Amino acid sequence: MNVIKAVGLIGSTIILACAVIASIALGVTDIPLGTVWDSFIHNNGGTEHLIIRTARVPRALIAASVGASLAVAGAVMQVMTRNPIASPSTLGVNSGAAFFVILASGWLGVSGLQATTWVALIGATVSGGIVFFLGSIGRDGMTPVKITLAGAAMAAFFASLTQGLMLSDGRMFDQVLVWLVGSVAGRELPQLQAVWPYMGAGMAIALLLGRHLNALAMGEDVARGLGQRIAHIKLSSAAAVILLAGASVAVAGPIAFVGIIIPHIVRYLVGTDHRWILPYSAVLGAILLVAADLGSRYIAMPKEVPVGVMTAIIGVPFFVYIARKGRRT
Amino acid sequence: MSNHQSIRAGKMSILLERRTIWVGAALAALVAAAMVLSTGMGSQYISPARVLSTIFGQGTPMDEVIILKLRLPRVVIAVLVGASLAVAGAILQGVIRNPLASPDVTGVTEGATFGAVLFIFFFTDTMSIHWMPVAAIAGAFIVSGLLYALAWKNGVSPLRLVLIGIGVSAAVKSVSYMLIIAGPLQLADRSLTFMTGSIYGASWDKDVMTLLPWVAVLLPLTWLQARNVNIQALGDDVARSAGAHVERQRLILLALSVALAGSAVAIGGAIGFIGLMAPHMARKLVGSSFGSVLPVSALLGALLLLAADLIARTAFVPRDVPAGVLTAAIGAPFFMYLLYRNRNRF
Repeated sequence: MNVIKAVGLIGSTIILACAVIASIALGVTDIPLGTVWDSFIHNNGGTEHLIIRTARVPRALIAASVGASLAVAGAVMQVMTRNPIASPSTLGVNSGAAFFVILASGWLGVSGLQATTWVALIGATVSGGIVFFLGSIGRDGMTPVKITLAGAAMAAFFASLTQGLMLSDGRMFDQVLVWLVGSVAGRELPQLQAVWPYMGAGMAIALLLGRHLNALAMGEDVARGLGQRIAHIKLSSAAAVILLAGASVAVAGPIAFVGIIIPHIVRYLVGTDHRWILPYSAVLGAILLVAADLGSRYIAMPKEVPVGVMTAIIGVPFFVYIARKGRRT
Repeated sequence: MSNHQSIRAGKMSILLERRTIWVGAALAALVAAAMVLSTGMGSQYISPARVLSTIFGQGTPMDEVIILKLRLPRVVIAVLVGASLAVAGAILQGVIRNPLASPDVTGVTEGATFGAVLFIFFFTDTMSIHWMPVAAIAGAFIVSGLLYALAWKNGVSPLRLVLIGIGVSAAVKSVSYMLIIAGPLQLADRSLTFMTGSIYGASWDKDVMTLLPWVAVLLPLTWLQARNVNIQALGDDVARSAGAHVERQRLILLALSVALAGSAVAIGGAIGFIGLMAPHMARKLVGSSFGSVLPVSALLGALLLLAADLIARTAFVPRDVPAGVLTAAIGAPFFMYLLYRNRNRF
């Protein structure tokens, strides 16, 4: 079985590579693959090479990194909260990060990539922390209902405050609106480089946690009985989620639904072993966002739809299906 | 039953506790005071005495313009929108029997907002603004109906309703955002203000006259349904054995709730959490009999929105923050408090 899963993972990675290449070549200006290749080997500084180097490549890489981060964050959250619809967007982590970024850039004058990233991480920590606290009070500990309701309330709260900030400051309106729905367009490579260390750290923590998450998935009592240190696992999981989600929001805005959909698809494909679920989530999440971004260029050509709208359109039917299917919901 | 007062008119009757009458009178006085105070506050302060004399036709021409044309419509709209949202929430909490139910959670606000945003984008040039409540109510009925249908699986569990509500509202929101990003800028600004909820720039003929007929018809209708809500709140089995047509009454009540919230959203935009908070406060004050909860909720809702709008437009000068931001800032912690109170229930 493991051989098949490994082959599948390699196969998905190849699909991801193809998707990234397609994302570089296709768009308002279609560029032949030969030219794409040339632009890396001997760049002549022409228009097409310029488009590739400054627009298309960063965009494809950002979509892939953000998709992978959000999907892994969602997978970790779904085990941690034992809730099938947990994800950075439903539990308010994304909207908290987004609110802090807008507050910091609009009202406090924070600028620069590093500073923005830290602000996003702080926002993710604050709102995630409140949601987890509210979700776990009470006699029965953390129940799916409580944490979902707390997440929905925090998401609504931060979304409303964010819209208020935007409306009260006309200058921000345009710049922020597209970012707020989630978009990977018009970014440059340094923006990705600024968040890569955080994404990388989060990803590394998550992948190392795989075995421990398997124990946690059987329930806290069982995990404790197996000799796992629950508090350590939960804290490291939370750190991974915050690093992954916060960094994603800092570069691409709060993109919804990637974190919900992908872990479900992955569990359907490879079962319940998190040592496989996490890497698969990363690769499939990246494929989904690169593909959604590619699709977003064609829906209203020559205008572009923000990729967050695309993921919502793909994600909502799926989400409704999961919510209906859930056993005790 | 000496501490009750009954009001009868033909076949209709409503039982009121004495306490409700006192609380109601006190709240009504508070609302009136808040209206006068709020009318006076702003970039140019006008004392309550001058406000009153202007309202009764004794003011200077300058005061008349500021008060009668600019500030009073906004204050009246705050009262109407707040009361409608609060009553819509009270009905939902009674009928769905869930303390966390409110128009925001059940897709009503989202649907109404979506209907209104569509109206702003596609019909503002061709149709009168007075049709906007119709668009909003239609949106509210369609989206909440869809939500109810999607959440239906041998009945509707509150959690499934909330969950699917999150999904449906995300879908509706992203389509609205798509319109906003693709459309012309002045419509974008208006739509986004709408989605946050604001009663900025309300006017007599455009806003008050559009909303007033709906409220004037729907609120009394709802009050006459009060005893049906009381019976619904006991649970389906008890209600049925007491001789109630459970399903039919529930449908009428939900329709009233959707219509109230829809027309309020058409004018005020997606002002959140009032429908959640006001009924809870009302029950704290006057107990859970719906004949009492309803008028008290309406007054509390009006008071909440008056206060929120007053703070929103005076505390952040020169910025005029949408009132919906304030109601969310108070409402979300309130929601968490409710969650904490009910922590052993879910």
